[in-house]
Amino acid sequence: MELDIVSLSRLQFAMTALYHFLFVPLTIGLSILLATMETVYVMTGREVWKRMVKFWGTLFGINFVLGVATGLTMEFQFGMNWSYFSQYVGDVFGAPLAIEGLMAFFLEATFVGLFFFGWDKLSKRQHLAATWAVAMGTNLSALWILIANGWMQHPVGSEFNPETMRMEVTSFYEVLFNPVAQAKFVHTVSAGYVTASLFVIGIAAWYLLKGRHIEIARRSIAVASAFGFASALSVVVLGDESGYEANLNQKMKLATIEAMWETEPAPASFNLIAIPDMEARDNSFAIEVPYVMGLIATRSLTEEIPGIKELVEQSKGRIRQGVIAWEALQKIREADDAGETVDEAVRNDFVINQHNLGYAYLLMPFATDLTKPTNEEIDAAAWSAVPNIWPMFYAFRIMVACGFFFILLTGVFFFLASSGRVEGLRHNGRWLLHIAVLSIPLPWIACEMGWFVAEYGRQPWIIEGMLPTHAGVSNLSVTEVLLTLAGFVILYSTLLVIEVALMLKYIRKGPDDGTEPQTTSARTAGLSSIAAE
Amino acid sequence: MILHELIDYSTLKLIWWLLLGVLLIGFAATDGFDMGVGTLLPFVGETDTERRVAINSIGATWEGNQVWFILGGGAIFAAWPPLYAISFSGFYLAMFIVLAAMILRPVAFKYRSKRPDPSWRNGWDWALFVGSFVPALVFGVAVGNVLEGVPFTLDRDLRMTYQGSFFGLFTPFSLLCGLLSVAMLVMHGGAWLGLKTGGIVAVRGRRYGTIAAIAALVLFALGGYLVFSGYVQGYRITSEIDPNMPANPLFKKAVVEGQGWMANYSTYPWMIIAPALGFLGTFGALIGLQTRLEMLTFACSKIAVFGIISTVGVSMFPFLLPSSVQPDASLTVWDAASSHRTLFNMLVATAIFLPLVLAYTAWVYRVLWGKVDETTIDRDNDTAY
Repeated sequence: MELDIVSLSRLQFAMTALYHFLFVPLTIGLSILLATMETVYVMTGREVWKRMVKFWGTLFGINFVLGVATGLTMEFQFGMNWSYFSQYVGDVFGAPLAIEGLMAFFLEATFVGLFFFGWDKLSKRQHLAATWAVAMGTNLSALWILIANGWMQHPVGSEFNPETMRMEVTSFYEVLFNPVAQAKFVHTVSAGYVTASLFVIGIAAWYLLKGRHIEIARRSIAVASAFGFASALSVVVLGDESGYEANLNQKMKLATIEAMWETEPAPASFNLIAIPDMEARDNSFAIEVPYVMGLIATRSLTEEIPGIKELVEQSKGRIRQGVIAWEALQKIREADDAGETVDEAVRNDFVINQHNLGYAYLLMPFATDLTKPTNEEIDAAAWSAVPNIWPMFYAFRIMVACGFFFILLTGVFFFLASSGRVEGLRHNGRWLLHIAVLSIPLPWIACEMGWFVAEYGRQPWIIEGMLPTHAGVSNLSVTEVLLTLAGFVILYSTLLVIEVALMLKYIRKGPDDGTEPQTTSARTAGLSSIAAE
Repeated sequence: MILHELIDYSTLKLIWWLLLGVLLIGFAATDGFDMGVGTLLPFVGETDTERRVAINSIGATWEGNQVWFILGGGAIFAAWPPLYAISFSGFYLAMFIVLAAMILRPVAFKYRSKRPDPSWRNGWDWALFVGSFVPALVFGVAVGNVLEGVPFTLDRDLRMTYQGSFFGLFTPFSLLCGLLSVAMLVMHGGAWLGLKTGGIVAVRGRRYGTIAAIAALVLFALGGYLVFSGYVQGYRITSEIDPNMPANPLFKKAVVEGQGWMANYSTYPWMIIAPALGFLGTFGALIGLQTRLEMLTFACSKIAVFGIISTVGVSMFPFLLPSSVQPDASLTVWDAASSHRTLFNMLVATAIFLPLVLAYTAWVYRVLWGKVDETTIDRDNDTAY
């Protein structure tokens, strides 16, 4: 990769976002699990549930602070590194970020103090309310961030204003109820729930293997596997919804995920494995499953999905229209400066073509004069709008494979927990407990792959179809960005190492087992009685 | 939908200018004392338990306070996009230093007590000090730069170029503002320690708070004199301004003018209230720190924060971020806001959620009321930070 400002800024954003997202999914999911466990405690009055909340709460806290710390960077680096993006879309994009702070993060951050320090100062119900407030705040945070991100993927409810040279809101309602944002929200929080569930199941399985904290481990698995199983199903269903939305709004992303160069007759087949060749613009090898892709993306047997080459041809047309809009915009501004009124025809050119203005910006790295691009320049710009296929293709498949594995794993544990057989695994199913322990890192891999597919797949756009990433960057020097990139890598990595070490320390230490009489033997009942006992 | 036209565009711009002030003051008045306590940590706490008294006086609430900072970022982005875009990319390395320092804070609070060995705890104490002192200083330096004007230009497409350098941020006046900011927040932190802690920590908190209050009085007066004398130049809009104009900074003309930042006080004499409150509040806190009127002292300190920050706002009005190299490109209240519709939508959201936030924050403070001292730390040894 070249050391230019755009690549370095992208690298820094990707790095800080992926680090941030190491901590966020666990916070999202664990907050709900804590609130659920505490609800059981308040309803049954059994102390063991309180000790569970305190134990998992300690791990939650160690993770939570790093989510907060790395989140600080996210709120400010749009302005720092993506200055023109911020100016160009702040009118639309800033609002969800601000409302996130106002509605969600305040709630979460104010009550998290009570969660840790309020045990002796609040009644049981009050403390439960504080815990739920943290969980709600965390999840609402995700909602607003994904409304912002959803708009970057599918910029609805807004239009370009030539007077202020930026995108402005035309309908806040459309921005809020953007179908892409809604699907992304449920998909992402569900992924967080699965992450937390596998974390809890894995650690509890480790205790079972060691023969420690049996009471707490068994109950933890019961709650986490039920929650995890439902969430794992939801992740896949909403992932499918995201795929469907991508076909409606981000056809290029879908085509690169599929390494689908040519438009196939409907219903398209699904490339299970492929070796894409960017030079030859073809796959040198592919294993195809007939019909599946057409069904996922269009939910029909007759609708065609355009391939990469067809989409590039469409981009060329849009670039030409964008150039007309850009030329008209210059004339409008010149006339404004001179205090004249511009020709109706010029204004019409602008109005008709303005939705393709961003496509003209695609020419910026290739053409010196945006108003007179050559065919070669248009060709180069249109092909620049195809993300690199290899990483897209495989990141997506790793994520999906993980997703199906999670359904299986949580499903098995849910079944065993419902029939009261989890504890028995200590004797005749240790391999399953080992698998649960070894699976702990998998949700993180899946989450990071998911972010990668969503964000890298949107390239070269920072706002799909409206503003190319290279046009959104700040006027900084390479040295400045290198300095901050190195600074973030060193700082974040140090903190991550400390975090993992502390996590391991507290996991090894384990929960407080209390002094209650143990009731480990002769358990036959299902989930409901686990809660009731 | 024309709901947003219920309120004039120009009125909305004014409201959002006020709300910008509310955010900055909210941040300084709440997270400000956390930063003051963090800065004072090495001075008020000699033993581990003493330090824990100071840390736990803010341990349960600092996290909520910090949201004012994050909300500040988000709200500036939403309501004043060019301000967000230009200031944060212009002050790039300074912003990075602030973020790096502030990132240490949450981690230090949480991780410090997780291991007993002294070198571990000492390390995190340093992190808390840096995470408090550095942002306090840099925010002040940034405000100093804003008052002096920032060297940025805008082209036709409103693409910004920053012509300054990182070391150029440190001028005598901006350093003075940085020190004023530190002094103000240390005074605030001292007043908080006096209110919320007991024993030797409270005594030391009051002592250092007193020194800081004296420093704040002197620095605030000196800063005021430099502006009054024209050493720090102000700016003035020279073209006709329509407050309802579209948000494009290049649609107006502006110039640098010797005592430009004093002009508002003759046009709107009531604005003198702001610096007056700055002085009175600081003076009140200074006197109060010598007494046991802890609540009143803390309130005075808040008034001081309100007065000092408002002074910057009203002196510059309607400027938000003047450009020293292309004054016409300066950002003002009239030409740097979001669209009419966005300002309205955001106002509705604020009107709903801000009162809620204030209400539950007040409740949480009430629940956690009570002094922290060495006895309470010993009692809560396992749960306290």
